[in-house]
Amino acid sequence: MSKKPGWKELASGDLLEAGTAKEFETGDWRTLRPIKDDEKCINCLNCWIWCPDSAIIVKDEKMIGIDYRYCKGCGICARVCPPKVQAIKMVDEREFREK
Amino acid sequence: MKRVARTGNEAMAEAMRQINPDVVAAYPITPATEIVQIFSQFVADGLVDTEFVAVESEHSAMSACIGAAAAGARAMTGTSSQGLALMYEMLYIAAGLRLPIVMPEVNRALSSPINIHCDHSDTMGARDSGWIQIFSENSQEAYDNVIQAVRICEHPQVRLPGLITVDGFIISHGLEVVDLIHDEEVKSFIGEYKTERSLLDIKHPYSLGALDLQDFYFEHKRQEAEAMYNTPEVIRAVGEEFGKRFGRKYDLIEKYKLEDAELAIVVLGSTAGTSRVVIDDLREKGIKAGMLKIRIFRPFPHKEIAESLSSVKAVAVMDRVDGVAGFGSPTFNEVRAALYDGPTRPPIVNYIYGLGGREISLEEITSVYKNLEKIAKTGEVKKIVNYLGVRE
Amino acid sequence: MATLKELSKRPERFTGGHRLCPGCGASIVARQVLLACKDPAVVTISTGCLEVGSTIFPYSAWEVPFFHSAFENSAATCSGVETAYRALKKKGRLPVDKEIKFIAFGGDGGTYDIGIQSLSGAMERGHKMLYVCYSNEAYMNTGIQRSSATPRAAHTTTAPVGKVIPGKKEFPKDLTGIMAAHKIPYVAQTAVGFWRDLTTKVEKALAVDGPSFINVHTPCRLGWGYQPDMTVEIGKLAADTCFWPLYEVEDGRAWKLTYKPKEKRPVKDLFNLQQRFKHLLKEENKGLLDEIQARIDQDWEDLLKKVEK
Ligand SMILES: Cc1ncc(C[n+]2csc(CCOP(=O)(O)OP(=O)(O)O)c2C)c(N)n1
Ligand code: SF4
Ligand code: SF4
Repeated sequence: MSKKPGWKELASGDLLEAGTAKEFETGDWRTLRPIKDDEKCINCLNCWIWCPDSAIIVKDEKMIGIDYRYCKGCGICARVCPPKVQAIKMVDEREFREK
Repeated sequence: MKRVARTGNEAMAEAMRQINPDVVAAYPITPATEIVQIFSQFVADGLVDTEFVAVESEHSAMSACIGAAAAGARAMTGTSSQGLALMYEMLYIAAGLRLPIVMPEVNRALSSPINIHCDHSDTMGARDSGWIQIFSENSQEAYDNVIQAVRICEHPQVRLPGLITVDGFIISHGLEVVDLIHDEEVKSFIGEYKTERSLLDIKHPYSLGALDLQDFYFEHKRQEAEAMYNTPEVIRAVGEEFGKRFGRKYDLIEKYKLEDAELAIVVLGSTAGTSRVVIDDLREKGIKAGMLKIRIFRPFPHKEIAESLSSVKAVAVMDRVDGVAGFGSPTFNEVRAALYDGPTRPPIVNYIYGLGGREISLEEITSVYKNLEKIAKTGEVKKIVNYLGVRE
Repeated sequence: MATLKELSKRPERFTGGHRLCPGCGASIVARQVLLACKDPAVVTISTGCLEVGSTIFPYSAWEVPFFHSAFENSAATCSGVETAYRALKKKGRLPVDKEIKFIAFGGDGGTYDIGIQSLSGAMERGHKMLYVCYSNEAYMNTGIQRSSATPRAAHTTTAPVGKVIPGKKEFPKDLTGIMAAHKIPYVAQTAVGFWRDLTTKVEKALAVDGPSFINVHTPCRLGWGYQPDMTVEIGKLAADTCFWPLYEVEDGRAWKLTYKPKEKRPVKDLFNLQQRFKHLLKEENKGLLDEIQARIDQDWEDLLKKVEK
């Protein structure tokens, strides 16, 4: 939202459109960044079901990436990735910020 | 029009039957219990197609009405005193979310001490909750007001909840002659309930009641205030139309022999009826007595009050509530403030009376005029806040 | 019972961009409950972390109609919405004539404590709605105060661990049991850590013709004091230690275990991972730890007696 609306422009009664949180990016909360190894991933979708921030992108039953706009770097995805697979690694976010 | 004998509660329940709301969620409390009971019987007898929810408390009654109204239903409840107090939190929410819930409210003293009889402490306690407040003098007005409230509250420029009060037992249980409007005419008068948005409109989902912080809360509150500013005009228009269609016209205030009055009292509710008798008597004795009855307490008709009292020589504001504010009762303070901007500022006194159902006699009202006479003569107010009918 | 692959094709109805803590269990509950519901749904919620974190004007993480009004009345509010649905359906005034499900969320504060009256009332009245309590075992939104769901001995800011008192003195109340005693069609207990158990229970609950209640053990990384990646594991341990058994009750009568740990682990394993129980691992509190373990063992045995064999 660039310019905040005045009271005459706002919809009345504390009403707001559904799903607008998508416009609010929480990615900058991250101190650790999950990095997925495509080679290792077996598409079990564990990471997807457990991500608290709906940041695992799945298409046609395949885990195709991480939405860094929302990912807060909690590390759950890396933990729930089966121990034998370990396709997700948590990496210090600063490595990416500096670049 | 059909002429029948009805108590205040029966008359308001009758209005609710004719309104045939989508949802009624209510909880019993003396002296408003009958409204809930009578309405439940209407439901049981198939006289309405309302979904009735016998909730487990008034807090839930208002919460359920709020949920129902947000879902696009015309929702009503009824209560009194402790029930209204228990709703307190939800009253503000109904108004803030702009849900036009209509609620008959029978005036009863608030605890403590516990008491079941009339005063206005319950309603006055909710005076700043964002609800429209309509006071009724008798059963006929209560009936008419409930019907008008639906139109007023649901008006697109308003969309605020409203409560319609009658005085506990005095009116709620007093049998009076009431002219009932035909069902079909009520239906056509109130029209269909239309909401812009509804929670059940799953194709257009939205979120209602979000956390609203420093950067938006004020704007939403400003909208709510604007709605209240818009309300007097709507109330007048609805009262006018009601008058044209059914022969009883309504305004924000009612003046009784006030045009040429020198001594005026300001009252709310059933005391207006008693006061008319006193005024007629005083007029016969050549005393220019008059009365201003406040029908709409919220929005407060400050301009109308200032204009109507501009040429009197002394005013007494009679309040059936104390307010325990350390100075003056609620109506007194607001009337007094309204006069500040008037062309003249007549001397004004406050009378607190009738707490906990204490009766007020003709003599007591007469004594108020006697005091006003003195004040008018000397221009001197000896005591601003007075108590009437309490043992010293 | 849907598979992960099936679930992944359903629309995401709880979006990213919300402001709950990283790793918050409550956001997982919200997401999975909505994923499990195939029909259109309307959600009400009580004041608390999930509400505050998901809807800060002008941003909402809910793709379904969502309504918050106050703290203690999620159930009553939902009952009003559900009643309006029946009323308007009857009158043919609904914009879309499709079956809509009604889901009320509440934290343990909003459910066990201040909202129990409203919940009990709504359930008793038989509204067709699902109430989901996400129990993170304290009032997190206001800064980790005790609730009647807070475990014995846990540290909270209103039952803190001090020099003479080792945290909360009381055991939590058995809210799931209380709801089962309402003899409503469906009551269940589940935990974050068991997506299949949770989504299956939500499906079952939404399929009954009447009220249903699910109590979800919901780890809170801030209030419980653990690293955010441990949420799922802690939830699993809660069931594996029988601290929070997973079961369901139909019509208040038929009790059924939905998960039996292969090996029942000591509760110490669960407490070890959480700062709020740190003091329990000290030698001087061994008696207290034993007392808690004994209570868990007893409750577990009692439950085993109740469930169908
Ligand atoms: C009537 C009322 N009392 C107190 C509060 C303050 N309050 C807001 S949220 C909350 C605690 C919420 O706890 P819980 O329901 O457990 O949810 P959580 O925040 O843990 O998710 C409290 C005490 C309130 N909003 N309303
Ligand atoms: S780190 Fe956490 S928020 Fe980011 S994708 Fe993994 S589970 Fe989701
Ligand atoms: S305090 Fe706990 S419940 Fe609240 S958002 Fe953070 S992790 Fe979630």
